[in-house]
Amino acid sequence: MPETKTKPTPSRDIHAATPVPVRHMGQWLAGAVLLVVALLFLEVLVNNPNMQWAVVFEYLFSPDILKGLGITLMLTLLAMLLGLLLGVILAVMRLSSSRVFQSVAWGWIWFFRGVPPLVQLIFWYNMALLIPRITISVPFGPTLVNWDVNDLITPFSAAIMGLAFTESAYAAEMLRAGIRAVSGGQTEACATLGMTRWQSLRRIVLPQALRIVIPPIGNDTISMLKFSSLVSILALPDLLYSAQMIYARTYQTIPLLIVATIWYLVLTTAFTLIEHAVEAHFDVTRSRPSLSRALVSNLKAPFALRRKEDLA
Amino acid sequence: MTTPLLKVERLRKSFGNHEVLSGIDMEVHRGDVTCIVGPSGSGKSTLLRCLNHLEKPSSGAVFLKGEPIGLKWRGERLFEMSFNELAKQRQKMGMVFQGFHLFPHLTALQNVSEAPMIVSGVPRARAESEAMELLAKVGLGDRAGHYPHQLSGGQQQRCAIARALAMKPELVLFDEPTSALDPELIGEVLSVMRDLAREGTTMVVVTHEMSFARDVAEHLIFMDGGVIVEEGNPREVLAHPREERTRAFLSRVLETA
Repeated sequence: MPETKTKPTPSRDIHAATPVPVRHMGQWLAGAVLLVVALLFLEVLVNNPNMQWAVVFEYLFSPDILKGLGITLMLTLLAMLLGLLLGVILAVMRLSSSRVFQSVAWGWIWFFRGVPPLVQLIFWYNMALLIPRITISVPFGPTLVNWDVNDLITPFSAAIMGLAFTESAYAAEMLRAGIRAVSGGQTEACATLGMTRWQSLRRIVLPQALRIVIPPIGNDTISMLKFSSLVSILALPDLLYSAQMIYARTYQTIPLLIVATIWYLVLTTAFTLIEHAVEAHFDVTRSRPSLSRALVSNLKAPFALRRKEDLA
Repeated sequence: MTTPLLKVERLRKSFGNHEVLSGIDMEVHRGDVTCIVGPSGSGKSTLLRCLNHLEKPSSGAVFLKGEPIGLKWRGERLFEMSFNELAKQRQKMGMVFQGFHLFPHLTALQNVSEAPMIVSGVPRARAESEAMELLAKVGLGDRAGHYPHQLSGGQQQRCAIARALAMKPELVLFDEPTSALDPELIGEVLSVMRDLAREGTTMVVVTHEMSFARDVAEHLIFMDGGVIVEEGNPREVLAHPREERTRAFLSRVLETA
C-alpha cells in the first residue's frame, strides 16, 4: 500500500470549528430558473391586452354573475348533503349482514360510480321520456298521488339528482372505510354496556368514522364545486352558464371565463380553509380550537409551517 | 346453598374445526371474586366472552339469575335473541377489556356517563354526578375532562372500570385487565379491583396475576385445553395442586414471577 501524504494539521479542532452547512447549489439554480418562468407567466397575465382586465373587473361583481355564484354554491352544498346522507345509508347497508342490503348497495354504487355525471344529468332531465307519470293509488280504490314527471323534473332537480347520486357512491365507499377503521373493540365495548346496534353506531362509531373521513369529504366538496359546472348543459344559470350567457352576447369570452375562474378559486380556497378548521376542531388529540379560532390560525398556517421548517 | 348468580352448563365453543371450549360447567356466587387462570390458548378468554355472548357458544347455556343468556323460550320452542334483546341482558354484565377500548372522542367523564344516559335514559346532570363519583372512586377525580389519549395506560384501564360500573351491573367480567400495562402501572389497577372486591362486587377475572388470585379471589379455576382442570379455594389450589397439569403450569409461572 502506498503511503498517503497527509498534511500535518495541528490547528484542526473539531470542537472549536463550526461546520459549513451543505450548499444546495442545484436547488438554488433550479429555483432561479423557476422564478424567471413564473415572472414571465405573470407578465403575460398582466400585460396581455386580450385578458381585458377592465372587463373582468366590470363583471366580477355583476348581479348575474353573483346570482350564478349563489346557484353554484347551493348546488354544491345540497348535492353534498344529500350525497353524504345517502352515503351513510349505503355504507351501513354494505356492512350489514343481510345479503340483500349488501347487493342493493353494491349495485347502486356500481351504477352511479360508473356512469359519468354528465350522462346522468341529461338522463335525469329526460326522465319523463322513460316514466311519464308517477301515480300512487290504493288498489281498486282512489288515486292518492298523480304527478306529471315533466313537472317534477326541473333543471335544478335533475342537476341535484345527478350530482348527489354520484357523490353518494363515492361517499359510501369512503364512509365504509371510515367505519371499518374504527376498531372492533369499540363496538364490543358498546355491546357490553347494553347499547343497541343503532345506539353504538350513532353515538360511538359514526362520530369516529366521520372524523376519519373529514379530509376526503372536503376533497369531494371541492370536486363537487367543479363538477357542478356540468349543469350548464341543462341551461341552469350557475356560475359558468351565467358567464357563458354574457359572453354569448358580448363576445368577451376570455375575460368572462376569467371571472368564473376567479370565483371558482375563491370558493375552493374557502372550502379548503373550512375543511382544515373543521378537521382541527374535531381532532381530540390536539387541543380543540373553536371553529373560528381554527379558521384564523389556518389563514396563518402557510407562514407558520415555513417557520417550523426553518427551525428544523 | 344459595342459587348462583351466574351458572354455566355444558358450554362448548368451536371456531371452524377447532374446539376451544370442550364442555364447561361453572358457577359464580353473588359477591365472590372468581379468577380464571391457565396457559395461553387454554380458552379462558373465550369462556369469558361466551358469558355475555360476545362469542356465541356452539352449544350449552349460560344463566344469569336463572335466566338463559341470548336464548328465550316461546312455549316449547327455544329462540335466539336479537342483538337488541341481548343488549338488555348485557347491561347486567359489565366488561373490562385487555385493550381498554375507551371511546377516544369522549372525555373520561363522558366515557362513563354515556351509557347510563343513552341506554338507561338517566338525565345528564345525574349521570354526570354519578360518573364523577365513580371516577373519584377509581382515583381519577382530577382527570374527568381528559381524553383517553391524555391518560396513562393504568388511568385508562381505571376509567374503563368506572365505565363498566356506571351501568350498575350484577357482575363485572375482566379480560386480562393488566396484561397490556407497563409493570409499574399494574399495581394501581389491581388496587382498584381489590377495593371493588372488598365492597362485594361480583367479579370474574381472567388473569395472570397469581398473587391477586391468591389474596383476593374466593374461587380459582385452572383451565387447560378447553376444559376446567382444577378449581377450588385459591390458596389450596396454588399451594397444593392436585393435577399434574396445574402443577406444571404453576411451576412455570411462579418461576418467572
